[in-house]
Amino acid sequence: MTAVAEAPAASSVVPSFQVTVRLRRFNPESDTEPRWEDHTVTMHGTDRVLDALHKIKWEIDGSLTFRRSCAHGICGSDAMRINGRNRLACKTLLKDLPLDKPITVEPIKGMTVLKDLVVDMDPFFEAYKSIMPFLITSGNEPTRERRQSPEERARYDDTTKCIMCAACTSSCPIYWTDGQYFGPQAIVGAHRFIFDSRDEGAEQRLEILNDRDGVWRCRTTFNCTDACPRGIEVTKAIQEVKRALLFRRV
Amino acid sequence: MPKAPAGTLYRGREGMWSWVAHRVTGVGIFFFLFAHILDTALVRVSPEAYNEVIATYKNPIVGLMEVGLVGAVVFHAFNGLRIVLVDFWSKGPRYQRHMFVAVGVLWVVLMVPFVIRHLSHVFGG
Ligand code: SF4
Ligand code: FES
Repeated sequence: MTAVAEAPAASSVVPSFQVTVRLRRFNPESDTEPRWEDHTVTMHGTDRVLDALHKIKWEIDGSLTFRRSCAHGICGSDAMRINGRNRLACKTLLKDLPLDKPITVEPIKGMTVLKDLVVDMDPFFEAYKSIMPFLITSGNEPTRERRQSPEERARYDDTTKCIMCAACTSSCPIYWTDGQYFGPQAIVGAHRFIFDSRDEGAEQRLEILNDRDGVWRCRTTFNCTDACPRGIEVTKAIQEVKRALLFRRV
Repeated sequence: MPKAPAGTLYRGREGMWSWVAHRVTGVGIFFFLFAHILDTALVRVSPEAYNEVIATYKNPIVGLMEVGLVGAVVFHAFNGLRIVLVDFWSKGPRYQRHMFVAVGVLWVVLMVPFVIRHLSHVFGG
């Protein structure tokens, strides 16, 4: 049998609408200041902000620059500030936003803008590196897997879900004013190992986070928790690290 | 290198605004205490001068400022307790929003009777 290409029937059923996207753009070669730019495009009810950006880039202005890879909320490339809040463009449906006003799309705050929506993520990854995001053990390698009970696994389950999108770190008012602060993501990354019963590096990581620019800079504004596209309770993870430091108990 | 653009204001929620309000009230209370220590210290210079300065406080404008001061202290106190619970109570982060509402309710419950009583003194004589 020959496969018959199905007509995209869905698109005729799905309502379409006009959306104005207000982009914060910056071209390092010609601009001294970032500027706003509006584009109105026709989109469908199933489209996400990322689809609107694609449409603009592919059909209107190919120079629009942003990061994305998976387009399915897994790679963490496309965190941006949508209507003033950090979101993944690929996880934000247009129909969930107020469409009578332009949708503002800006780069995430607190990091240097390289071009349009692309920021310099190096300091972010450096902070992550400095908390040693790998298993630290001593003694001989076991011949089989390292065992762990479901309860032990549950202690750090939440923080394993991080996709390193930087939505949390770049939503933090402390991080905006003090780039030296490790930021929520690095603490989430540390939490994932500190509370892992198989890991033996908790002391070292806690010492790193006990630093001036470590967990004590957190002022519990909860912007990180509100921003996390993975639903990680970021502020709670930070609090657990704080308490582990205070009571020296992991 | 371009500076990070200011862009729009970050649209944080209760947590962020409670933090902003905590800062603002904290700084406000600090300046009040500063002035307060200065005027109280005046007693040691001369009790008459002290009385004179305190007498200038007895006018409606200072009366309204006192409402602001009490409002700031009450918010700062309750929100401070909220922050303590967020950091020390294991369920604190999960209930921060509820606790923020509780701070607001307590603030209103305390401020309404105070404002009525205080302003009737200030304006009623
Ligand atoms: S904790 Fe959440 S917001 Fe932060 S980097 Fe990980 S996935 Fe992104
Ligand atoms: S493009 Fe991969 S998370 Fe959005």
